[in-house]
Amino acid sequence: MSLLDIRKDRRSSVRVDGLGERRSGLLQRLHIDAPLVLGLLILSAISLFVLYSASGQNMAVIERQVIRLCVGFTILLVLAQINPATLARWTPVIFIVGVVLLVAVLVFGEIGKGAQRWLDLGIARFQPSEVMKLGVPMMVAWYLNEKSLPPRLRSLLVAGLIILIPTLLIVKQPDLGTAILVGSAGVFVLLFAGIQWRIVALFFALGAAFAPVLWYFMHDYQRQRVLTFLNPEKDPLGAGYHIIQSKIAIGSGGLYGKGWLNGTQSQLNFLPERSTDFIFAAYSEEFGLIGIILLLTVYMFVITRGLLIAAQAQDTYSRLLAGSLVMTFFIYIFVNIGMVTGLLPVVGLPLPLVSYGGTSMVTLMAGFGILMSIHTHRKLLPR
Amino acid sequence: MASPDTLKDHFRETRLFVSRAIIALIITVALVLVLLGRLVDLQIFKHASYKLLSDQNRIHIRSVPPTRGLIYDRNGTLLAQNLPGFSLDIVPEQVKDMDKTISELRKLIPISDDDIKDFKDRLKISQRHKPITLRSRLSDEEVARIAVNRYRFDGVDTVARLYRHYPLGKLGAHVLGYVGRINARELQHIDAANYEGTEYIGKTGIEKYYEDMLHGETGVEQVETNAQGRPIRVLDTTPPIPGLNLYLNVDINLQRVAEKAFGDNNGALVAIDPTDGSVQAMVSMPTFDPNLFVTGIDSKTYKALQDSPDQPLFNRALRGRYPPGSTIKPFIGLAGLEDGVIKPGTTTFCPGWYTLEGDDHKYRDWKKEGHGVVDLTKAIVESCDVYFYDLALTLGIDRLSQFLEPFGFNDLTGIDTSGELTGLIPSREWKRKARHKPWYPGETLITGIGQGFFLTTPLQLASATATLSSYGRQFRPRLVAATEDPATKEKVGLPAVPNVAVPVNNQANWQYIIRAMTKVVSSPHGTARRIGYGATYKIAGKTGTAQVFGIKQDEKYVAKDVAKRLRDHALFISFAPVDNPRIAVAVVVENGGHGSAAAPIARKVMDYYLHTVLGMKTDKGAS
Repeated sequence: MSLLDIRKDRRSSVRVDGLGERRSGLLQRLHIDAPLVLGLLILSAISLFVLYSASGQNMAVIERQVIRLCVGFTILLVLAQINPATLARWTPVIFIVGVVLLVAVLVFGEIGKGAQRWLDLGIARFQPSEVMKLGVPMMVAWYLNEKSLPPRLRSLLVAGLIILIPTLLIVKQPDLGTAILVGSAGVFVLLFAGIQWRIVALFFALGAAFAPVLWYFMHDYQRQRVLTFLNPEKDPLGAGYHIIQSKIAIGSGGLYGKGWLNGTQSQLNFLPERSTDFIFAAYSEEFGLIGIILLLTVYMFVITRGLLIAAQAQDTYSRLLAGSLVMTFFIYIFVNIGMVTGLLPVVGLPLPLVSYGGTSMVTLMAGFGILMSIHTHRKLLPR
Repeated sequence: MASPDTLKDHFRETRLFVSRAIIALIITVALVLVLLGRLVDLQIFKHASYKLLSDQNRIHIRSVPPTRGLIYDRNGTLLAQNLPGFSLDIVPEQVKDMDKTISELRKLIPISDDDIKDFKDRLKISQRHKPITLRSRLSDEEVARIAVNRYRFDGVDTVARLYRHYPLGKLGAHVLGYVGRINARELQHIDAANYEGTEYIGKTGIEKYYEDMLHGETGVEQVETNAQGRPIRVLDTTPPIPGLNLYLNVDINLQRVAEKAFGDNNGALVAIDPTDGSVQAMVSMPTFDPNLFVTGIDSKTYKALQDSPDQPLFNRALRGRYPPGSTIKPFIGLAGLEDGVIKPGTTTFCPGWYTLEGDDHKYRDWKKEGHGVVDLTKAIVESCDVYFYDLALTLGIDRLSQFLEPFGFNDLTGIDTSGELTGLIPSREWKRKARHKPWYPGETLITGIGQGFFLTTPLQLASATATLSSYGRQFRPRLVAATEDPATKEKVGLPAVPNVAVPVNNQANWQYIIRAMTKVVSSPHGTARRIGYGATYKIAGKTGTAQVFGIKQDEKYVAKDVAKRLRDHALFISFAPVDNPRIAVAVVVENGGHGSAAAPIARKVMDYYLHTVLGMKTDKGAS
């Protein structure tokens, strides 16, 4: 075989590589980021496995979750096609419409489970607060896009207002969980924008000082949750029941877990909300610490990939938004696991992409769609 | 736009952003490690204690009540069985609002006020985590209705149970007794561990007396339950040991014949085999349906039974205390002979009345014109009162009561069923203690004819008659013949229990009395001559009358003039065949008027027993 032949072969092998390039080219043309989508698919698969067990082998639940996942991935795909520049142009409109809808909810909204969160659009019910999980970081990022960073005090005050208005409207519904997410999504943008640590420290100090004041603005059930968090054993059959049973489920799972479909806490109904907010406890019981490490690894993989996408973003709007979306995703994970393990008070946040439930999944997938759009719409330098 | 200034800014901003992203990643990892630390703490270090909590959550110890033993008659006819049924049970600790739950349940199935009252009574005394029955014996439709709506009611469930059932109903009810819910008083006496899960206990009769044997031993089950307390699967079982089956000495067909023979009359009958004390029939009329009591009788029905003047719940055979009347005469006669106070030939003149010295009170004979010259045989055959007034006076109350004592009139017979009462032989000592009064000679006279303070139960009379028939040999009356292990079908006979025999001075004296009693039935002057006709075996008997209504001096008692409830009780004791006694019968017919009303009942029982139960063909000694 001559050297030339080898070169020929190499050329042909290049052609084979080219096939692979063409495939990534297909993904590129669909504006999909392969590692991110892989992580999301693994999480979806885990979700279906746990749900099958936690729902008591209810195939109807699985079917509905599959449909939701399909809807979620479709939304992801759609949003991935929208150029970040277009998104930036529409940001103020989306934000203002969002605020108007939040006001509308307070005025006309439907009351469900003691809170006004839903807006009946005739065809479907709709939570404007979900939109704001994206709308607020988008708006803050849009506002800071033109400013030089780190932001000056004036810009900070305006950004603070952008965050505070929708957050307070959501607190008023009342929906503390979403308010925390919306507020922190905005704050994350500021943090990524390079806000000075002194100012962060100042805010923390102020927050701590005003915490007792906050107590007076809390609803009874919210106060109850805080009290229950501080001492769940006080009312083991009432408010503390969730958290006690959840800790029993997790603790009894041990290192290896009780095995799929064999979690007595969840299978025998001791664990409340085991398909939704407390699904992590059901998972921990059946798959143990080993399973948890696997799940957290997948989550960390998604987060790392997300932060990498943010770091590679080419304009301020994109990278601030991307960073905020990834950290919001993390907040879901941290708050949910924190509350299920008794580290944090019970706030109604699902375990992202694993818990059974629709609205948050749509928003999360939309967020990942935006991330992929940011990554795949980069203007690559010509070779 | 693209001024060098902004370009420079852009570069700096990128660097700033990347550094912030790295910090974000570090914080994220740190927080995940915090979570992991918490999880390691829960799942590794505190695993054992949470494992225990989880097991305590799901594993419950449930007692499995044993199956109660069945009761058969001597031929294996089923008298008491267990039928499957459903009850509606509530676990109090799982119910938030009990009154609301009950009122909602009432919309689904009928629940009476009695049920609710009963339930609430038990609610007060039972533990909160133990189910309490609200209603028993649900119909299939009711079970279905509860099942469909069960999701609405935490702590409410239908439970399959076995219910005691007496297939023959009223027949032999006083023999069997019945079971009912364990009440607070019984709860203190029973072995609580063995009665976990048992709801019913023997309340009367054999069901009560043989409770320990019938009940069996409670088993234990480890069950996995869900958060609502519903059992999901059984993890471990120690099976219960079922109670023993009982076979009675009683032939239920004989019992039926006996009960039927009473017709509309109230009264009692006890038939005993003198050779071993086995009770062949025990009747108390009227009877009642024991099935009413099993799951709790409603207050209206119970009140009706309680208040009925016929007292159907009163077991007359064991607890009815009647003056023996003239049925005691053979025993008094025997006392005279055995003590040597009289001889077979001793005679007395009977003018129809008797007076004590220094007293003008006339003690009447039932026959106004008198019996004339009377010896002991004639005195027994015609039931002459004057002869026995005289004999009793001669004997004196002390010797008289001493002689009667060994026949068991003053004691419990020790029959194997619950609720037996003892009779009373009056004596000087008894009267001093009980009445704080001295004994009067007149009282000796009327004791001699079985009136006055003298009281016996039909069971005591039957037992004493059996003893008389077999020359003093005595056995404890026994209703149950054998026990049977329901698993192995192994039958164990319960042995005859001899009681201390009545001392015999001279067998000829006993023979004399028995011969006289035979003539009561066979002689044309005998007070029970009517039942002797057509008998294929020899019968010995004695009639008696117990006064209910005191008549004044110089008044004549005319049965048809006295309201039925105030009429005298008719009594009859007998045994047969005379030469080889196999059955001794005592009968009391309340308000029967004269002893001859009781005798035909005894005849029917003896006929059936000797011919059908024992299969005896003919008896050469028939009169």
